[in-house]
Amino acid sequence: MPPVLPANPPELAAQLEGQGYFADVPLATAIFLATRLRQPLFLEGDAGVGKTEVARALSGLLGTKLIRLQCYEGIDASQALYEWNYARQLLHIRAAEVAGRDVLDVEKTCYSRDYLIARPLLEALEFEGALPAVLLIDEVDRADDEFEAFLLEILSDFAITIPELGRIEARERPIVVLTSNRTREVHDALKRRCLYHWVEHPALAREVAILRAKVPGLDAQLAENVASALGRLRGIDLFKPPGIAEGLDWARALLALGTVEIDETSLDLTLGSILKYREDQQRVRGEGLVKVLGA
Amino acid sequence: MLARPRDPFAALQRFATLLRAEGLAVTPDGIARFGRALGELDVAQRELVYWAGVATLVTDREQYPAYARAFKAFFLPALALGADRRRGLLSYSIAALPNAEESVERTETGQTFARARYSALEVDSEKRFADYTPEEFARFLSALSALRVAAPLRRSRRAERAARGRIDVRRIVRDAMAFGGEPIAPSFRRTAERRRRVIALCDVSGSMEKETRALLAFFHAGVASGAPFEAFSLGTRTVRLTRALRQGDASAALRRAAELARDWGGGTRLGSTLRAFLDRWGQRGLARGAVVVIVSDGWERGDVTLLAEQMQRLKRLAHRIVWVNPRKAAEGYEPLAAGMAAALPFVDRFVSGHSLAALGELLRAIFEL
Repeated sequence: MPPVLPANPPELAAQLEGQGYFADVPLATAIFLATRLRQPLFLEGDAGVGKTEVARALSGLLGTKLIRLQCYEGIDASQALYEWNYARQLLHIRAAEVAGRDVLDVEKTCYSRDYLIARPLLEALEFEGALPAVLLIDEVDRADDEFEAFLLEILSDFAITIPELGRIEARERPIVVLTSNRTREVHDALKRRCLYHWVEHPALAREVAILRAKVPGLDAQLAENVASALGRLRGIDLFKPPGIAEGLDWARALLALGTVEIDETSLDLTLGSILKYREDQQRVRGEGLVKVLGA
Repeated sequence: MLARPRDPFAALQRFATLLRAEGLAVTPDGIARFGRALGELDVAQRELVYWAGVATLVTDREQYPAYARAFKAFFLPALALGADRRRGLLSYSIAALPNAEESVERTETGQTFARARYSALEVDSEKRFADYTPEEFARFLSALSALRVAAPLRRSRRAERAARGRIDVRRIVRDAMAFGGEPIAPSFRRTAERRRRVIALCDVSGSMEKETRALLAFFHAGVASGAPFEAFSLGTRTVRLTRALRQGDASAALRRAAELARDWGGGTRLGSTLRAFLDRWGQRGLARGAVVVIVSDGWERGDVTLLAEQMQRLKRLAHRIVWVNPRKAAEGYEPLAAGMAAALPFVDRFVSGHSLAALGELLRAIFEL
């Protein structure tokens, strides 16, 4: 059976669930539109709500390749797009020298596709498969403004021009997912080219489902206690509210300690797996651990 | 009924106008994208349409509330009251609300372009609020939150430009300057109109709790529609509830309001609380020229002459006083409660407001129909 794109958002949500990703209707609608309109999807939200995971689950679902570009300060075209393989070019010239070949000919072959190293963006454009690749541009807020402007160009045309080679165009537009933790306001021009969605912390039932799917051996009651405690922690004004990842860590820690029911002692012992800032820990301990347990 | 555009693009354009009115920077590109997104979805599912709009038209989380308001205004206009600015203000009454309605529009190519309207309320419109089950009340709340309510109009002191009316000499002369003093086209002015403030004063005594909640929910719909609605509690204290009602969700707003008026269900001294309201808010301007809706069964534990005095004071300030007393619905009702009898001479309209149908009567009283 040839792979096909899901027909509607609920179907997409169900298929994502098969990949271990639990999306609510709003998020499923946004992802669905990204696959259909083939427009980049810009996901914003607190750290640890599962933005990156969207791309992973989507590529798993479509059975296609996930190409990831991790952004960081100072990232530029040679790391994101392509680079000439200088070492190989030099070797080629040496070999040609020995063989006594024509200079012009050598120069020509030096700048052919063989000597080009494809970085994530070019790789996504060149990808050939039944379904397009999923390109994840992670934490775009970490890159500089200039890189954003550069992305703008690629994301609107899905084509690049390499001076020595010519224009390379995507046979089929890749499905692009951009994520941002909002450490910096991303420029509006970039957002306007994308579909936008703010990823919320999961609702209680969804979080329970995630916990149970990802932590084997976690029983329903404990999962629900963990999820509701996480919900209460997010309600407190913390420096870094716990994300899903922290929740999973916590559930695993509780299991490892053989906890059946969360009480003050077990919470105190495992607090470090949920809250990674001393100030946050002090805050919660100061307000009373009982509060987190909902007593 | 409502004008229904045949052309889906015109509808999209109107949606864009609403979004811009809410301060969202909507580009033609974005609207086109929204249109394409709708083509990919089952448009009868409003939730999907909603989130497709978020994905295509919104570029920031901060814009979510503004988008939600515009969406509500666009997709639920069929229940709008006072939509017509001048006549036929209440062409469809609130009693028409219970029937779930869906209008499907088709383009020439037969593609459906539906604007679905939802009303989950399936309650007999004559059923008393007091007899509602919690589920029915919840359904009532959610149906009411889909309602757009406008305040009645009053004449402003200012005039505005109009297509017809009094001749606007000043503008004609000024425009004529451009043509060497030759008047080319006539201009007209007309008295402008403003929204009149509507103030609810709710008795929060125990016997009235359900009715009060129902009426407050209606005022919540008014506040949420951006109309100048205000609400106060008339318990043992007078508390301003308007801010609590500004919350988006009706049941949450009612909870907040109940917290604010902590003596929700306490005893009543109508006269003294009414005086407290007038001293603190009414006289200073809030009640001036306003439509004041008093929700109370008229039981007065204090001095009846004080109540009569304060009602007279209110009468001089307010444009009109509507008294809502659910007891009126009882057969053979006579205003025997001393407070009620004392207040009645100053009341312009006396209605029951005990059921959905009666809520329509209250609306007509507010809009002076």
